[in-house]
Amino acid sequence: MSEPAAGHIQEVEFPSPGEILRRRTLSHKGFMIGAGVLSFLFLVALLAPVLAPHDPYRQDLGNRLVAPIWHETGTWEHPLGTDNLGRDYLSRLMYGARISLLIGVSAMIISGLIGVTLGIVAGYFGGRVDMIVSFLITTRLSMPVVLVALAVVALIGGSLNVIILVLGLLIWDRFAVVMRSSTQQIRSIDYVSAAKAIGCSTPRILFTEVMPNILNNLIVVATLEIAHAVLLEAALSFLGMGVQPPLPSWGLMVSEGKEFMLFSPWIIMIPGFVLSLLVLSINLMGDGIRDITAPEGRS
Amino acid sequence: MTALLEVEGLHVDIALAAGLLKAVRDVSFSVDRGRTLALVGESGCGKSLTALAVMDLLPPRAQRRAETLRFEGLDLRKARTRRMADLRGNKIAMIFQEPMTSLNPCYTIGNQLEEALLRHRNVPRKEARDRAVFLLEKVGITAAASRLRQYPHQLSGGLRQRVMIAMGLMCGPAMIIADEPTTALDVTIQAQILSLLASLQKEFQMGLLLITHDLGIVARVADRVNVMYCGQVVESGEVAQIFDNPLHPYTQGLLGCIPVPGKTRPGEYLGSIPGVVPTPIGDLKGCAFRNRCAFLSSACEAEDLALRQISAGRAYRCLLSPETCAQNLRGRAK
Amino acid sequence: MLRIRELTKTYMVSMGLLKGRRPLRAVNGVSLSVEKGQVLGLVGESGCGKSTIAKLILRLEEMTGGSILLDGKDLSALTRTELARRIQPVFQDPYASLNPRKSVGSIISLPLRVHKVGKAASWKKKVDEIMEIVGLVPRLKHSFPNQLSGGQRQRVAVARALIMRPEMVICDEPTSALDVSVQSQILNLLMDLRRDFGLTYLLISHNLAVVEHMASRVAVMYLGRIVEAAETRTIFERPRHPYTRALLASVLTPEPGRGLPETHLGIVYPNPIDPPPGCTFHPRCPEATEVCRRIPPEPLLENGRFVECHHPGD
Repeated sequence: MSEPAAGHIQEVEFPSPGEILRRRTLSHKGFMIGAGVLSFLFLVALLAPVLAPHDPYRQDLGNRLVAPIWHETGTWEHPLGTDNLGRDYLSRLMYGARISLLIGVSAMIISGLIGVTLGIVAGYFGGRVDMIVSFLITTRLSMPVVLVALAVVALIGGSLNVIILVLGLLIWDRFAVVMRSSTQQIRSIDYVSAAKAIGCSTPRILFTEVMPNILNNLIVVATLEIAHAVLLEAALSFLGMGVQPPLPSWGLMVSEGKEFMLFSPWIIMIPGFVLSLLVLSINLMGDGIRDITAPEGRS
Repeated sequence: MTALLEVEGLHVDIALAAGLLKAVRDVSFSVDRGRTLALVGESGCGKSLTALAVMDLLPPRAQRRAETLRFEGLDLRKARTRRMADLRGNKIAMIFQEPMTSLNPCYTIGNQLEEALLRHRNVPRKEARDRAVFLLEKVGITAAASRLRQYPHQLSGGLRQRVMIAMGLMCGPAMIIADEPTTALDVTIQAQILSLLASLQKEFQMGLLLITHDLGIVARVADRVNVMYCGQVVESGEVAQIFDNPLHPYTQGLLGCIPVPGKTRPGEYLGSIPGVVPTPIGDLKGCAFRNRCAFLSSACEAEDLALRQISAGRAYRCLLSPETCAQNLRGRAK
Repeated sequence: MLRIRELTKTYMVSMGLLKGRRPLRAVNGVSLSVEKGQVLGLVGESGCGKSTIAKLILRLEEMTGGSILLDGKDLSALTRTELARRIQPVFQDPYASLNPRKSVGSIISLPLRVHKVGKAASWKKKVDEIMEIVGLVPRLKHSFPNQLSGGQRQRVAVARALIMRPEMVICDEPTSALDVSVQSQILNLLMDLRRDFGLTYLLISHNLAVVEHMASRVAVMYLGRIVEAAETRTIFERPRHPYTRALLASVLTPEPGRGLPETHLGIVYPNPIDPPPGCTFHPRCPEATEVCRRIPPEPLLENGRFVECHHPGD
């Protein structure tokens, strides 16, 4: 009882999941824009030492608060002007991208590891394990993240590593919640039962049967948490409890510039703008990923 | 007997990335008052889309066109959205497969039943409620008055389907379209629901368009049958004609696949139709069934097959003569 | 080969926010046995517990009470791998039983990998072999489930179940989600495989016509208990329990002119959390009497026929 010849009737070939993904990705405008901007920012961050026209830490007190190029007084020497200590703003912006993205991605990875582990374990095993994890999540949700971060930094001091660690240990809740519900949906599906019936060990089932099917949700949450971490760091730095000067964190640049904003508004507008751009592009990408990996209906 | 619903030359096309899917092709049928027409076929044959096309409930990507599409004399092709909305639930009732998704879980049953009437008729709410109780009792639900206050999730599947039927009858429709009304129900309840539909149909002299894949249901409930395959009607006739003397190789094959306690011999192979249903995209010359047909000839791929009328109301879409078909049937039986 | 005694599975179901938990006896003292090489058909409607029994045998759920013996040995004494080598399932929904992110070849070869059978090089050959046996073109092993039809997916499920040559296959509604023309292909395949590999089947289905065709012995379940069990022909020709009779009467064969059957059942629907006292079937039974309402019926076993009723027919 083998397959018949297709004859002259056109057999429509159904594309593989990989092809479907590729096709949808390339046609989703939001995703392409978001991914494009984000890639650009990543590239700038990566190549900052090469691209930056000046040393971001070099002070030039004779050239303080030079306006950017679109003012009459601007020069191409400093296309985005200088800050109150004469440091080239464009260079500081580029190096600031490194800091923001480094913190964003690292914090996301740490919180991701914590949250995904807790979420999957709670979703798959249910019962008491679920109760404990849910309690942990609820506890975490009742803590005001910014205040706790402020307190910790005040106690320990605000180095880059401390910030990354603190943020990573505080923002895992969304990972946990989303992974928990995704896993719950999958754990009673037949192919998981079949794997159990075949004799697969639990870790194997979690890695090869469950994980690939919740990966799309995971990626969406991961992109959103990068944005989350970046904004939190900016807030902390603005409050003086984040990255310490002279590091060119964008939040710190806004904070240092607030005294001068009436006469030199670009000082806070420029870092504010790039921050929004970063978060917007991340959100566009996240939304795009969610749309693209929407559950495939039956062929 | 004037036909309630007349459909001729119905086509439904769906625009897909891979091309134009001709989901329903040249389908014609009519439903008479007090009689049941069954559209039977397997998944993907276009039977559900046909019903949706008649009711103008097609999904956004789908386009319909028809030579004739008349309900009680009204040309449905030109009917505006408002007119169709007036017809639905009022003159034409629709019953679907999953009663849970057709009933709103946020409102009581009584509320939904009353709304079904109040939407189309300007009558006091008390009258609507009385009619709801009357119909709930008619569909066999006891303690109807107290049921009005219940929510859909408090009822079992069989009860919900009865509520759906009652809801369909609130405005006294002329026709019911039932799309797999018992597929999601247990087998003992299925028989009860079908009996209910049949008796209500007789009492109120409604037309019934029954869409199903279950040939057993068709045999016991329908008066006339249209067998659909790959978007086309491949055979039509009175129910006794179709089951006692199936002509089209697909109909014959389908009937041969079904185990019948007492008739098919246990442990023996069941008849089967090799292959899979083709997807109707692209160039569709010739017979859609040819890649699965045991009686294939070269003529089958050359021509566009039309429905052959052999007597009033009896037609089939195949190049073989009726005598050859009967012979094939005898050959299968051996 | 498989002997089940007084199997019980009780779930504790919460009745709402403040109403505590009540027991749901999905399987309520079921005893049956499956002989080697036979097909036992387990029929019943939704909520009768037949799928739960499948899960209990496959140890996807833990039983609350009773015992399951496989060739005399207690099932719970077997390791997961030993059990997997001997009993395998085929599930109902071909769309849910295959991991959409894995290729067909990867799905079918999973048992080989888990049980570390032979070397990786031999797996490809074994997969090709089993695919041909179930009627799939071997090149499909690079495809993904979403590219296959329902019938093809079910064949993949069968291939996966049989690649380790188990002794027993539990088919839980194997064809209910398939079109009729595909259903007969799969049923024919299952019959061939049983003969060629000497398999034993536990066939769970609500479709009596299919069970009559495939099974040598039938057990009818209602609300967690077996109400009648006998050889297929005997049950279909001379059913004794009123529920069995109603079930058989409800089968709509494609025979025009016979009209719709009268099952003589009421419109009361059973609630498994709150089963009626006495015989659980009595609210729907056309022959219920006072004793049925108060006392659960005693099981009667004679000549290989089992029935549990106060007023069995015949």
